[in-house]
Amino acid sequence: MQVYFTLVRRELGGYFSSLTGYIIIAAVLLLLGLSFVEVLTKLNAAPTDAPITEIFFVTFYFWIILLLTAPVMTMRTFALERFSGTYETLMTAPVGDLAVVMSKFTGALVFYILTWLPFLGYILLVQRFATGGFVFDPYILGSTFLGLLLIGALYMAIGCFASALTNSQIVAAILSYALGLALFVLSLRSFMSEPGSSVAGKFFEYIAMTEHMENFARGVIDTRPLVLYPSLTVLFLFLTLKVVQSRRWR
Amino acid sequence: MSDDVMIEVSNLTKRYPGHTAVADVSFAVGRGEIVGLLGPNGAGKSTILRILSCFMTATTGTVRVAGFDVFHESDEVRRRIGYMPENNPLHLDMRVKEYLKFRARLKGLSFGRSRDRVGVAMEQCGLTHVSRKIVGQLSKGYRQRVGLADALVHEPELIILDEPTVGLDPNQIRSVRQLIKDLGRHHTILLSTHLLPEVELTCSRIIILHEGRVLASDTRENLQHQINGNGQVVAEIAAPREELIACWREMEAVETFDVAPADGEYFRCTLRAANGEDLRSLVFSAARDRGWTLRELSRSHASLEDIFVQVIRQEKEEKV
Repeated sequence: MQVYFTLVRRELGGYFSSLTGYIIIAAVLLLLGLSFVEVLTKLNAAPTDAPITEIFFVTFYFWIILLLTAPVMTMRTFALERFSGTYETLMTAPVGDLAVVMSKFTGALVFYILTWLPFLGYILLVQRFATGGFVFDPYILGSTFLGLLLIGALYMAIGCFASALTNSQIVAAILSYALGLALFVLSLRSFMSEPGSSVAGKFFEYIAMTEHMENFARGVIDTRPLVLYPSLTVLFLFLTLKVVQSRRWR
Repeated sequence: MSDDVMIEVSNLTKRYPGHTAVADVSFAVGRGEIVGLLGPNGAGKSTILRILSCFMTATTGTVRVAGFDVFHESDEVRRRIGYMPENNPLHLDMRVKEYLKFRARLKGLSFGRSRDRVGVAMEQCGLTHVSRKIVGQLSKGYRQRVGLADALVHEPELIILDEPTVGLDPNQIRSVRQLIKDLGRHHTILLSTHLLPEVELTCSRIIILHEGRVLASDTRENLQHQINGNGQVVAEIAAPREELIACWREMEAVETFDVAPADGEYFRCTLRAANGEDLRSLVFSAARDRGWTLRELSRSHASLEDIFVQVIRQEKEEKV
């Protein structure tokens, strides 16, 4: 446990002791701000009763931000250490492979959550200036962040996996872009097939991440995504662990 | 296995696709020894050290450190070693003290103990006055000291150093070597290098590697003895050339000799003894008896360079 917490601290420190972390946060803030302006313009044009989170997450802004920034957040996890050679000092210390994988994943996930915290500020802004009936609902906000966390965890796990495969950060980023986009494109398939009409249609409905996020943003917590995302996350973490262990049988 | 054996490598082989980096290497290192792995680049030094430090696994063969198998009990082994890899990779964005504390905690030291040990290690390596500096802004010599401090921060039984002085300037090299020597008083040290003076100055025992195999393993003195136990004697004497030649011919102990003109009336004679005898006293009495002027008389010790060249040459001859 001591090793795990020491490493998590180091991972988070790694984001903030160099410029990388701040640049990622700045980039997310820029994208978040731009999308927010869009959302506000829409709101001004046509008043609505829907919660602000729903308006935000029904649009594609969230996905653009996630797909763009997640690979950048995770590309450094393993690739940078391998490139700089500190991977050797890390793995020759008495640390378990699982502790290394989990700490890198946790570090990335905590950082990801941190980058989304400014979103709370936007909610408060709308709350402050909205006229007539807009109620700040902590439950909806909670379920939105749960969705953010679940989908984020999956993308962080994919990123860690990609990063563990290579010692180039660029390759790691491209690989996780590809994997992440592929998942996203698959979830778009549900728009094309009639829902529930065929086996394939049902399948794509189940994995439709956009649908899931919409539900979370509406305050609907469905158990299906609650199972889907953690199990996919565990799958990718397991694969990462195997990659890390592979140095022992090469 | 007895308690005073620190490292026991037996029949270690490591194959990469296409070539064999280490072939059937066996050696042992006793507790408290400073042993140098010496060999040209690509001799398999780093590979052996990486296997010893549990970063890689061997293709065949067993390696035991302090009685623990590096493959099956790698946690126990890693707790007992301090390893500084080649090129000394560090987290360049951290401060010296912060980095060492991180490493100490990673190696399982309690909070209080890591604070104490980091202090001691920084003192030992002369880092106290740069403890607040960022590692990436330190000179290479200081970075090397940070690497050494990291290797010894958890009081390991065995310290493994891969090319500890590579890329340093002569002053830094001297201070790092002194540091290694000091460490050798309390730790077992295994270091690798392709620099001959390094092992000559720091190590008590030398293992010579070439193309993945152990060519020789002995104390420095024994190796020197083995290669030219006789040692050759150089004398500069002022005397007629013919007399010199005649004199050396007469002398039974001299096996081969060479007489070359030096400046003035002096000749430089290089003599090699037949049976390992020290020729100096004979040469001196010969000069005294004949009334020659002797201005230099010395016996050359084989440097490691000679040993190395010699051992590899022997090896090649055996092959032929």
